[in-house]
Amino acid sequence: MSIISLIIKREFIAKVRNKSFVVMTFLSPLLFVAIAVFIGYLSTMKAETKRIAIHDETGLFAADFLKENKKSAEFKYLNLSEIDVKALKDSITKENFNGLIVIPKTNDAKDLESKIEFISNNSPSISFVENTQDIIASKITKLNLQSAKLDTLAIQKAQSKVNIHLVKASGEESLKGLNEVKIGIGGAFGYLIMMFIIIYGNMVMRSVIEEKTNRIIEIIISSVKPFQLMIGKIVGTSLAGILQFTIWAIIGLSLMFTASVFFDVNVGTTAKIPPVLMQSAQHDFSGIIQMGLREAWNLPIASILIGFVIYFIGGYFLYSSFYAAIGAAVDNQTDSQQFLLPILMPLILSVYIGFFTVVNDPHGTVAVVFSMIPLTSPIVMLMRIPFGVPWWQIAISVSLLFATFFLVVWFAAKIYRIGILMYGKKPTWKELYKWLKY
Amino acid sequence: MSNLLEVHKVVKQYGDYVALNEVSLNVPKGSIYGLLGPNGAGKTSLIRIINQITLPDSGEIILDGEKLQPKHVQTIGYLPEERGLYSSMKVGEQCLYLAQMKGLSKAEAKKQLDYWFDRLGIQGWWNKKIQELSKGMAQKIQFVVCVLHKPKLLILDEPFSGFDPVNANIIKDEILALKEQGSTIIFSTHRMESVEELCENIALIHKSNKLIEGKVADVKRQFRTNSFEVGILTNNVEGLMYDITQKFTVSPASFKSLNDDLKLNIQIGNATPNELLNVLTQRGQVTHFVEKIPSINDIFIQTVTENKV
Repeated sequence: MSIISLIIKREFIAKVRNKSFVVMTFLSPLLFVAIAVFIGYLSTMKAETKRIAIHDETGLFAADFLKENKKSAEFKYLNLSEIDVKALKDSITKENFNGLIVIPKTNDAKDLESKIEFISNNSPSISFVENTQDIIASKITKLNLQSAKLDTLAIQKAQSKVNIHLVKASGEESLKGLNEVKIGIGGAFGYLIMMFIIIYGNMVMRSVIEEKTNRIIEIIISSVKPFQLMIGKIVGTSLAGILQFTIWAIIGLSLMFTASVFFDVNVGTTAKIPPVLMQSAQHDFSGIIQMGLREAWNLPIASILIGFVIYFIGGYFLYSSFYAAIGAAVDNQTDSQQFLLPILMPLILSVYIGFFTVVNDPHGTVAVVFSMIPLTSPIVMLMRIPFGVPWWQIAISVSLLFATFFLVVWFAAKIYRIGILMYGKKPTWKELYKWLKY
Repeated sequence: MSNLLEVHKVVKQYGDYVALNEVSLNVPKGSIYGLLGPNGAGKTSLIRIINQITLPDSGEIILDGEKLQPKHVQTIGYLPEERGLYSSMKVGEQCLYLAQMKGLSKAEAKKQLDYWFDRLGIQGWWNKKIQELSKGMAQKIQFVVCVLHKPKLLILDEPFSGFDPVNANIIKDEILALKEQGSTIIFSTHRMESVEELCENIALIHKSNKLIEGKVADVKRQFRTNSFEVGILTNNVEGLMYDITQKFTVSPASFKSLNDDLKLNIQIGNATPNELLNVLTQRGQVTHFVEKIPSINDIFIQTVTENKV
């Protein structure tokens, strides 16, 4: 067996056998599902019904509010217009009202726009205020139309509602409003790559520092070249990462498959979503899930997974060469902070670009440029892939990434070679530069 | 006897600092060769160059008749001064890994490991982790690791540090046994008594330069002072002192003796021992007459202090 594969094997086994690896691999998907289920449960939980008293001196609006009682159970409106405002105000606390809407009597409907009050002990939620304003405003509009002798029915008929269908040039139809699925999946994968790079890069660094503080390094490099050791370490650790990801992908896909069977979505068909479903999706929770799953299956799953593996390998190799060089340069982990910051910056930057720029405009200049720059491309490009990226852009980005990787490995190997035999003091940036020239 | 290792004018610089200044060494095949020198003399730099951990700036190294090249790492065993093993890896796996790195097949490595574990009585350690072992126990493992692949050249940097006297003796016997089997051993240490005991050849490196090299006996001959320790019983101390101070340099000496004799160190310069004896026998009864042979410790201290500049 060649020496590099020997090193790869040892590093791989050392990582995989580690308890934290096993725990993270099998526990974190469970944890993830548990959190998702918990959040889902929380959001379906019925909020406590809030009692709102209405004192409507005009007698025009109370009926509209009472209609709301049928639509949702969140608010219970009570028409208490006959009771005196002052008495109502005093009884808010006693009668356990969450609030009191006071609509004073006015001669001009125009005056109502600014004279309505909401009285409560605690400030209301913004959505409640907006909802209340909407109810009143639409009623006033209706009254205004009537007083202007306009035919409200004709106006209603004249109003139109447009629903644009989003169709890709390749022919698949995608759903408006369900771009969130792409953003979610792209974002999840981009975030995952960042976590992988940081976690596995740190593993490489720790393992370099361990060999250095153990002093076993001297024995090992009397048998192998430092470069072989570094590459073996990086590759061995990355294999552990790919194994972990594969396990996650299998778990994730089977969960998705199970969910699809459960919600009766035809896997593998790219059929149009029936309009009935579209409408039911507006209100029905399981309908939303069905549509989400449909959309997820329609995504280029294969290219996302392949893309993830390629960008993970490229990005991880690139960054872990930095990590290896830093590990070689310092004596313990606390000393590494100073050198780690410049490495983390581009990673954080690319996640921000991913979540703000790519989401807004996946094919805009900023997104395209940062999906080419090697230090940011693994994350930014991965977030773009679900939106469909021309193959030549991926080709350029991947080749740039791997070219940079070879360059960085070459530099890192030089620092590594000198660094692993230096004990005792933390090097400065200047010294690191000097090592490059030895 | 031919040389297993020849170092020719090796220079190594770190920036402006010269770690080795045209150092040349000849290590005879099958010998135990003591590499001596104070801290920071350049020993470790030289050892690292021989192990191909670093490259010399100039000069060349010949191992077993061939220019030193990467394949030679498999014929060298190295026990560094700073010991270390993977603390969370099992002893057996770790030894197998390190042995395979030296080019042994897994089966061969296993065979050798069984032999050595048996020999040192540590069979039960196979599944232990290094962190469960004491320092001395880990040292034993480390020693096994560096001899597993039957190296032609064994480089031991302070091999006895960390061992109790019993285990130090076991390791010493193993070193001698390896020498009997034909290994050449470079032995770097500050413990001069073990150098006296084990080494046939020595070299002394000081301030990046080699100052002394040769067979131990030759080096000692070179450093002899022609001094004799003398014990004499005499009635006429003044007369004796008068006679010998005429020809020789005299200083008082102290050594153990059963007699109530006069104890002297006498430096005879270019005269022969017989001339001194003639003078002594005329004046009294000689009870003790030994040439003062410099110890390696003396030579070391003398050389290092003389070259303090």
